[in-house]
Amino acid sequence: MMSFVPAVAVAGLRVVRGGKPVLRDVSFEAPRGSVLGLIGPSGCGKTTLMRCLVGVQIVQAGTVTVLGEPAGSRGLRRRVGYSTQIPAVYADLTVRENMRYFGAVLRAPRTDPDRVIEEVGLGDHRDQVVGTLSGGQLNRANLAAALLGEPELLVLDEPTVGLDPVLREELWALFRELSARGTTLVVSSHVMDEAGRTDRLLLMREGEILADASPRELTERTGTADLDAAFLHLIHERAESPA
Amino acid sequence: MSSVMSPAITAATTRRILAQLRHDHRTLGLLVGVPSLLMILLRYVFDTGALFDRIGPMLLGLFPFVIMFVVASVGTLRERTGGTLERLMTTPTGKLDFLLGYAFAFGLLSLVQVGVVLVISLTWLGLDLAGSVASLVLVAVLDALLGMALGLFASAFARTEFQAVQFMPAFVLPQVLLCGLLIPRDSMAPWLRVISDVLPLSYAVDAMQRVSREASFSTSLLWDVLVIAGFTLGALALGAATLRRRTG
Repeated sequence: MMSFVPAVAVAGLRVVRGGKPVLRDVSFEAPRGSVLGLIGPSGCGKTTLMRCLVGVQIVQAGTVTVLGEPAGSRGLRRRVGYSTQIPAVYADLTVRENMRYFGAVLRAPRTDPDRVIEEVGLGDHRDQVVGTLSGGQLNRANLAAALLGEPELLVLDEPTVGLDPVLREELWALFRELSARGTTLVVSSHVMDEAGRTDRLLLMREGEILADASPRELTERTGTADLDAAFLHLIHERAESPA
Repeated sequence: MSSVMSPAITAATTRRILAQLRHDHRTLGLLVGVPSLLMILLRYVFDTGALFDRIGPMLLGLFPFVIMFVVASVGTLRERTGGTLERLMTTPTGKLDFLLGYAFAFGLLSLVQVGVVLVISLTWLGLDLAGSVASLVLVAVLDALLGMALGLFASAFARTEFQAVQFMPAFVLPQVLLCGLLIPRDSMAPWLRVISDVLPLSYAVDAMQRVSREASFSTSLLWDVLVIAGFTLGALALGAATLRRRTG
């Protein structure tokens, strides 16, 4: 019965930050177990939309329903994992101390800190102080914290930024594996080649959704060879339409 | 509604803050070393035992207060600006878990801090104390917690660490001027006296004076202790009100 409820349902969402509209009437749904990509240039509202999903953003209008409950409800706080674009881990603690703390807060199993450290490939750095990690390692530590407690929804803001292609490949394999186990993922990126790995894509620009489709549908509908071209096509189409 | 707490999360937060301090040897050294160094300086600047006996205990309450204010305001500001507070606000962590985590961690730390200064003061520096050591420790730790609670609250009004550090003179120095350390509060102009009456540090310093002069734990001292504790709880409650799960 519950499985018919989409993992994420957003309707008429409007957010204003600093007097400027950042999200204008955004609506979409994501079924459970799917990988949803948020793609768009920097400043298009991806991060704000993700903040709405985890319930830390003040919203002007619209509804955000996550796993059947209003976003940010107390009941969701162990069921939703969030990793921010700017790593939010303690620079003066080791990787393991960070995971132990966030794990304790989430009442995750005691074995979880070691599991997530392995999953993001930081096993060799578990006792290293986070402040001394490289940028890519820091990003993975940040991602690891979101995996604690096996949340049903993962909201990941640019999780693969600054990673070499091999690591990116490994992380996407992990995301697909999580999705196969029933986890829903919302992943933002500004890299088009990552967009092709998602089940569904939201192409965003200036606080609006330009397209909501699978990568394949997008290239077919626009008659373009790749997603970059599809994105451009959609922007031109939007500019020409009277709206 | 969302400011419920859980003992397990509060304890985990306390452990985490203590672990952060454990990694930061320099901060730890400064926290414990600076008050001791200042007391030693003070003793030899005054050069007479009698004057040191009068001023020393007041400063013994003041140093932990000031240091905890700075450390707590910068520490929580780092959590606000570094995104870790936002991450915690998406987890079951209650606002009280967060604040009490800091209170317990810094409370423990101030116990060490006060303990070291006290041992040095009572032995090497020959501080003469009429009251009990236990009541002095109680008051000094309460003063430290008061400083911490005010620092947590003040950090809500700072956007940068530059601003947070400026709050120390802004919040603390007026209290130092009016707390009776420089001029007895009785001889102040009436309007200054009124202001002094509503500032928490006045009670902290008064309590320290009583501990140093009075052999028994008087009702006046108890009253001071209750006022300090009240201010601390009030500042923590205000601090909780400034923690927001949702921000613009």
